[in-house]
Amino acid sequence: MTQEHRKAKKFGMVIDLDKCTGCGSCMVACMAENNVPFRENETDKLKSITWMRVYKLTNGKPYPKEEICYLPRPCMHCEGHKGHSPCVTVCPAIATDYDMDTGIVSQIPTRCFGCRYCMAACPYHARYFNWWDPVWPEGMEKSLSPNVSPRMRGVVEKCTFCFHRYQLALDKAYAEERRELEEHEYQTSCTQACPSDAITFGDLLNKNHAVYKLKKSTNAFRLLEKLGTNPKIYYLSSREWVRRAGDNYRPGEGTGKIKSHH
Amino acid sequence: MSTEDENIKEVEAVEPAEDESSRLKSENPGNGIAGMTVLFFTIGFAASLIVGWIVFPNLLYSKKEQPIDFNHVMHMEEVDDGCESCHFFREDGTYSGVPKLDQCIDCHEEIQGDSRDEAVFVEEYISKGKEVPWLIYSKQPDCVFFSHSAHVRLAKMDCVTCHGPIGESTTLKTYEYNRITGYSRDIWGRNPENMLGLKKNTWDRMKMNDCAECHMEETGRKSSVSTHKDGCFVCHK
Repeated sequence: MTQEHRKAKKFGMVIDLDKCTGCGSCMVACMAENNVPFRENETDKLKSITWMRVYKLTNGKPYPKEEICYLPRPCMHCEGHKGHSPCVTVCPAIATDYDMDTGIVSQIPTRCFGCRYCMAACPYHARYFNWWDPVWPEGMEKSLSPNVSPRMRGVVEKCTFCFHRYQLALDKAYAEERRELEEHEYQTSCTQACPSDAITFGDLLNKNHAVYKLKKSTNAFRLLEKLGTNPKIYYLSSREWVRRAGDNYRPGEGTGKIKSHH
Repeated sequence: MSTEDENIKEVEAVEPAEDESSRLKSENPGNGIAGMTVLFFTIGFAASLIVGWIVFPNLLYSKKEQPIDFNHVMHMEEVDDGCESCHFFREDGTYSGVPKLDQCIDCHEEIQGDSRDEAVFVEEYISKGKEVPWLIYSKQPDCVFFSHSAHVRLAKMDCVTCHGPIGESTTLKTYEYNRITGYSRDIWGRNPENMLGLKKNTWDRMKMNDCAECHMEETGRKSSVSTHKDGCFVCHK
């Protein structure tokens, strides 16, 4: 009864930084969707957990030449070389893994024992450690999502591209005797929450998906591409200084040349 | 000639031996050592098996009876669509699981027959509009994502493969749960053969390894980079 395989996917995101207003809706939507815990006092950002985080970049010039760019940063779901992303390679517990069928870097909190090698390995600071057991204000636990298991103290967590949404979408497809999903059936929470449509999500290998064309733009770049992490989050910016901020460039070296297209 | 020689040798050999054994006897009960060791080992071994296989599981698992006894056979005779008549899929592909009162109320608005459970069901639950707090034998831990849709709709598996012949039962068995974790014992497997790791039927035990074994055979997926098997993220969340 070995089933024929579903066509391999490579889910990824294209984030248009020219459209991002830095409103933070994606961060809020992500926390609500994934039962991300927060503390009473969130002033120490080193201890905050934000699967999706909006960074503020400036061009460093004095007013009136100063420019600002907001950069949302989920997990990059690095493919590395043949799926050997930095965090997957170092995990001693196989608590994090790269799936060749979806291109998603998974995180299994129940397998994780909290050594935090992956956090050290991740160049994007996309991984977070639970220093405490999650505590929600009274009554709020009733609004938690039943599709995402809350994490306990002592384990690492990160963005999963709302993988539970993929599973639920597949459930529906199976019930309708389909194996393949439409583009709109699987979208991450942050994508749908973005009021300015800056985030586009889809299968980077599928020519009919919006991300396929967007990632080929000359304005496209990826963060720290030169490290060879081969991330699946693409950014678009028409501003040269923003693109330069994405990686270390030599003086005079041009940006916008993504070498390893999928 | 030969007999004489042997006798002489025997005498020579016996004499020191007698000496030694008498010396040992005075200090220690000689032959008894091995015997006692074997005896104590056997008793200890048997005792630890009894503790490990009978006493400890009984201590570890607490028992609860279902709020109402349910007769699957009787209901199977009444419905047309087998298990899915009551345990159905919703339109979005999610699975309804144990039926809610809404499904029972059509027939059970008034007491049917004269069983005591039926009277309790109608009086305590139906007329009060209170859901029955069924104890779910196969309830998975919070971190597990199980898709009935993928198994029943896509892979066309029978309910019996995992749940066993529940449809042929006339009464509900006692619900046992682990005192420490609170999980149902049925996930772990309860048949005596399971203690030896043996499994006669697919539904005897539904541990993670059993899931993984079937996934290896049936899906043949090798998408995980770390294990070259099916990924953890398929079932875990």
